Amino acid sequence: MDEFISLSYGSGGRKTSELINEILLPEFSNSELNKLNDGACIDLKAENIAVSTDSFVVKPVFFSGGDIGKLAVCGTVNDLSVCGARPEYLTLAFIIEEGFKTEDFKRIVKSISNTASMCDVRIVTGDTKVVERGHCDGIYINTSGIGIMDKGVRLGKERIMEGDKIIVSGTVGDHGITVMSDRNSLFESSVLKSDCAPVYDLTKAALKHSDSVKIMRDPTRGGIATTLNEFIEGGDLDIKIYKDLIPVKGEVKSACDILGIDPLYAANEGKIVAVVSADEAEGVLSDLKVHETGRDAAIIGEVHGNGRGRLLLDTGYGSTRILNKLSGSQLPRIC
Amino acid sequence: MLYQDMFKEKHDVEDIAGLIKSIGPMDINIMEVCGTHTMAIAQNGLKEILPNNIRLISGPGCPVCVTPAERIDDICSLSKYKNIIIATYGDMLRVPGTRREISLERSRMDGADVRIVYSSMDALKIAKENKNMQVVFLGVGFETTAPATAAAVLEAFEDNIDNFSVFSIHKLIGPAMRSLLDAKEVRIDGFLLPGHVAVIVGERGFGFLAKDYHIPGVISGFEPVDIMDAVLMITMQIARGSAEVENEYTRLVKKNGNIAAQKVIDEIFDTCDDLWRGLGMIKSSSLKLKRKYSKFDAALKFGIEYSFEQKPSACRCGDVLKGLIEPEGCNMFGRECTPDYPVGPCMVSSEGACAAAYKYM
Amino acid sequence: MMCLAVPLKIVSIEGKNAQGEIDGIKRKIRIDFLPRISIGEYVLVHAGFAIEKLTAKAAEDNLKAIREVEDALSGYVQRKA
Repeated sequence: MDEFISLSYGSGGRKTSELINEILLPEFSNSELNKLNDGACIDLKAENIAVSTDSFVVKPVFFSGGDIGKLAVCGTVNDLSVCGARPEYLTLAFIIEEGFKTEDFKRIVKSISNTASMCDVRIVTGDTKVVERGHCDGIYINTSGIGIMDKGVRLGKERIMEGDKIIVSGTVGDHGITVMSDRNSLFESSVLKSDCAPVYDLTKAALKHSDSVKIMRDPTRGGIATTLNEFIEGGDLDIKIYKDLIPVKGEVKSACDILGIDPLYAANEGKIVAVVSADEAEGVLSDLKVHETGRDAAIIGEVHGNGRGRLLLDTGYGSTRILNKLSGSQLPRIC
Repeated sequence: MLYQDMFKEKHDVEDIAGLIKSIGPMDINIMEVCGTHTMAIAQNGLKEILPNNIRLISGPGCPVCVTPAERIDDICSLSKYKNIIIATYGDMLRVPGTRREISLERSRMDGADVRIVYSSMDALKIAKENKNMQVVFLGVGFETTAPATAAAVLEAFEDNIDNFSVFSIHKLIGPAMRSLLDAKEVRIDGFLLPGHVAVIVGERGFGFLAKDYHIPGVISGFEPVDIMDAVLMITMQIARGSAEVENEYTRLVKKNGNIAAQKVIDEIFDTCDDLWRGLGMIKSSSLKLKRKYSKFDAALKFGIEYSFEQKPSACRCGDVLKGLIEPEGCNMFGRECTPDYPVGPCMVSSEGACAAAYKYM
Repeated sequence: MMCLAVPLKIVSIEGKNAQGEIDGIKRKIRIDFLPRISIGEYVLVHAGFAIEKLTAKAAEDNLKAIREVEDALSGYVQRKA
């Protein structure tokens, strides 16, 4: 392999084969992928599957706590997980800018491989394109995923009811503020770290309580404020959350203050928000806290009837304010 | 945050609210003239906690908001030159000019090089690293931010940087307060004074309020306890009929302010008469670079002639900034004018009264 | 965004430049307006410049003053009632 990815690596010819054989296959070897067919044939042995797709354009490509590769796997794995599925297979497509360092590409591929193993998913098919310099910023990745739905899972907004509790699996805003900071080198020797991680352990733990979980989502762009808005917008329920109960890391809060960002609107890449019936909320919480990624889980609010589809925040001073969905772009290319 | 967290205590806020209530039912209009106060009050829902007879009015405290639309047009025209890099605080990016389609964000979409910086020194750094480009830093803000711009100009002068200039739209809050009081369009019984402007200009910077207008003012910090306590102090003054400038923010505001910062403002800037959105022309209210530093004045360098006429517009930001109407009093609020599709700066600036009302309504 | 002014602790100084730190986050700042500041002291930073020194004592005194007014007024209100 050359030191830099050139256009010929995307041509479909000899150099593409070189890239596949020297970098991709060694990391992702499995019986389907090794056939190098145009598509992967899989026997799912399941009646209900979940499908998800996501594209990743995060900048910078390597950030504290992760990289675009890890994100590409976790992002789709997490979307499948919050649907109530067990992630099984991924597709992997690269669009690489001419001149991208091969070492960096290898590093990303290794990261994808490690993360896929950690998540127990197999990458069964993929694609690589290379575009001229200036036509995609470094590298873009798309992953699509297939997961097997757990039996009896019934998740959806329509199941949310007055009295249900809102649970978040850990501290909020970590990813968004870290990427923003790293992109512009705003802080030095920072303790900020993206929370990029798979959430399947958490969703599996929550779903042990089956019917009590009404809906789950991973609050990426727009943060938990936007995601919670999506749960009830246009309906007649309100969600109220309590500022004092929302877990935020000290350094994230300080960084947000310095940069003028609200952690409730900053992206998360390793968390879930779940709406759970009141009687099972504590049980779900305990089960989440057993896991490393769920150790800071907390019940942060509840659903109210006679509402107008609004997300409300109790300020802690006896006043309430409305949290709208994120307007304008807080920051582009966060994931 | 260290030292600021102790001013967030719920019981203090509640106690003070109770005390304010107990002073009496007289109707009091308190104006705040600082975007950060606008935001802090909204974020913590303080209006809800204060008794109904205390009315907190938002004044012209958002420096982005008081910039005339025509000036925004000038800035966007400048950004279109191929050899110019505009360096700006993030706030300015989405502010519309005389038409919605005019904004720095839109210029950037059309290919202009517009970069967000967090400090004037970042802008100077960009100039040092891009010798073949002209870097124009948008100097926006009141007395708190002007010293930062001045320091950058001073360093550019000392280091002979010839590709750096400042488009100064810095303003002074005192003259705006005088203008509002002279116009008497809104009844103002007391002022919540901007704590960080006061860090620079000191308690004495607001002495004119008591001396020339006999209106009480309290310099306030930005934590909930600070603001509530300052409101209490104003209310107490009104109750006993006094008109002094008091300091609630003693941990940071001194009698004479920060002399070094004042010195550098005086070194670099002259005051001049200028147009404020909504408030019209105000004497000695704006900062422009002294002749000695004119080669760092972007307006001179690039031949921008300021217009001092305000075109009429349906946008009512001007009335909001004067405290004449609340954001909700504008017909377009929440309808044609939202944070995603702003008509005027008050809705898009992170410190704008309309943005606060919308985000936190 | 011009942003909130935040308190940072000075951890190193080099001429007009310094490193400020809070919660493990370090940020380069300028100390042009606080020429006599030292390492270990806290400063209020706005738009990348330190604009004033902040001490524990000043903060405590500020809070004390606030509480004293609260107490005095509470006493007065109670007596009135």
